[in-house]
Amino acid sequence: MILKWQQKVAMKRNFLRQMFASCLMAVAVCGVSFAHADDETADGLIKRLSVDVLDTLKADKANLTGDVGKVVALVDTRIMPNVNFQRMTSSAVGPAWRQATPEQQKRLQEEFKILLVRTYAGALSQVSDQTISIKPMRASPEDKEVLVRTEVKGKGDPIQLEYRLEKTPGVGAGWKIYNLNVLGVWLVETYRSQFAQEVNAKGIDGLIASLSERNKTNGKKA
Amino acid sequence: MRSLTFSKALQRSALLVAVSLLQACATVSSPDRRDPLESMNRSIFTFNDTLDQVFMKPVATVYRDLTPSWMRAGVTNFFNNLEDVWSIVNNALQLRGKDTGDSIARVMVNSTVGLMGFVDVASDLNVERHTSNFGLTLGRWGMPAGPYLVLPLLGSSTFRDTAALSVVDWQGNPLNAVDDTATRYGLLATNVVNLRSTYLGAGAIVDGAALDKYSFIREAYLQRRRNQVFDGEPPEEEAPEP
Repeated sequence: MILKWQQKVAMKRNFLRQMFASCLMAVAVCGVSFAHADDETADGLIKRLSVDVLDTLKADKANLTGDVGKVVALVDTRIMPNVNFQRMTSSAVGPAWRQATPEQQKRLQEEFKILLVRTYAGALSQVSDQTISIKPMRASPEDKEVLVRTEVKGKGDPIQLEYRLEKTPGVGAGWKIYNLNVLGVWLVETYRSQFAQEVNAKGIDGLIASLSERNKTNGKKA
Repeated sequence: MRSLTFSKALQRSALLVAVSLLQACATVSSPDRRDPLESMNRSIFTFNDTLDQVFMKPVATVYRDLTPSWMRAGVTNFFNNLEDVWSIVNNALQLRGKDTGDSIARVMVNSTVGLMGFVDVASDLNVERHTSNFGLTLGRWGMPAGPYLVLPLLGSSTFRDTAALSVVDWQGNPLNAVDDTATRYGLLATNVVNLRSTYLGAGAIVDGAALDKYSFIREAYLQRRRNQVFDGEPPEEEAPEP
């Protein structure tokens, strides 16, 4: 029995540790949002961000550890401009999104954003000596939505980290991330069943309340 | 003193199981087709989680605070190396040539140059780790995962993974070859505590990120296993967008 336990814990341990490490990398990769060329490819964008942010993080680590507020601000200003957060929230909420009033949609986005930003900020200070390699992309130039596959390499198993990006209409808007997966676990899908559960039980306002409650608890811990 | 604390923890946990099994009769608000046994699973999950909070996590935290990080890394490497032995067999059964080769190379290098596995020389040489087990082998050859299942003490699983684990996987553990009972259990205990200490950080992240920890972990586990079976490129089950 203990043998099985040990083996099982090993599996779980690997899984969680990799998830954790990759969350860090995800943060790192989404990071910098300097002005970029209109014709930049999606994998080009991810690659540039990876390099920029990893370097920034490693250089700035001393300043950032121990100050959650600073890290939250960093994530907020650098990561969020590269993310289509409305799309991320609406697909996590699912069909109920369309029944929500504009005010409810706004609140959902706000609370979900606080939750994710804080989650990632908590992990940010832990980035160590990982590197990222971008896999060749299978997409044609006219695609409006693409999958960029990357791999995080450090000690042990390489960690799969992938992004779905969409081309934003309009000049200069560029590519925006609307979902990402760590080890094959998609962020949006992971929240979808939890959100559906809340909405079914307590309605949209119930979901907003739960998110806000979660954020308050997290805020106290910091 | 320690055994007193332990038996106390066990008592509390037993009480909790009783209470949560009673609650298991409650209906599930949002049934998931992959999880028909949700109410039972939730009870076991609560039991595991409580046991973890009152016992495993504190023990792992003390262990982490008392030992130097190089030592914990060595212990992790040692047990990873043993796990790699079983990964060789399963990667081979799945006809994954490169993964099998990498795993063999890792065990050979780490068991010798890496001082019986305590130093992960292979990773420094860029030989990647590809952990595998018999549940994945079955999945690779088309056996569906079956319903989601939470096992007491062991956590997330599926019918397929549980069958693989109880019939085959645990026999593939090299620790079984250790004859001396005390040594064997000592090694096992060390492994479990060390493993738990390595994901103290990850546990905190999940606690902060999840609205409902049960659903969060279930979703992550099922997606992860499916992804592993399909070698990182699972076919889309449903449209990712509504």
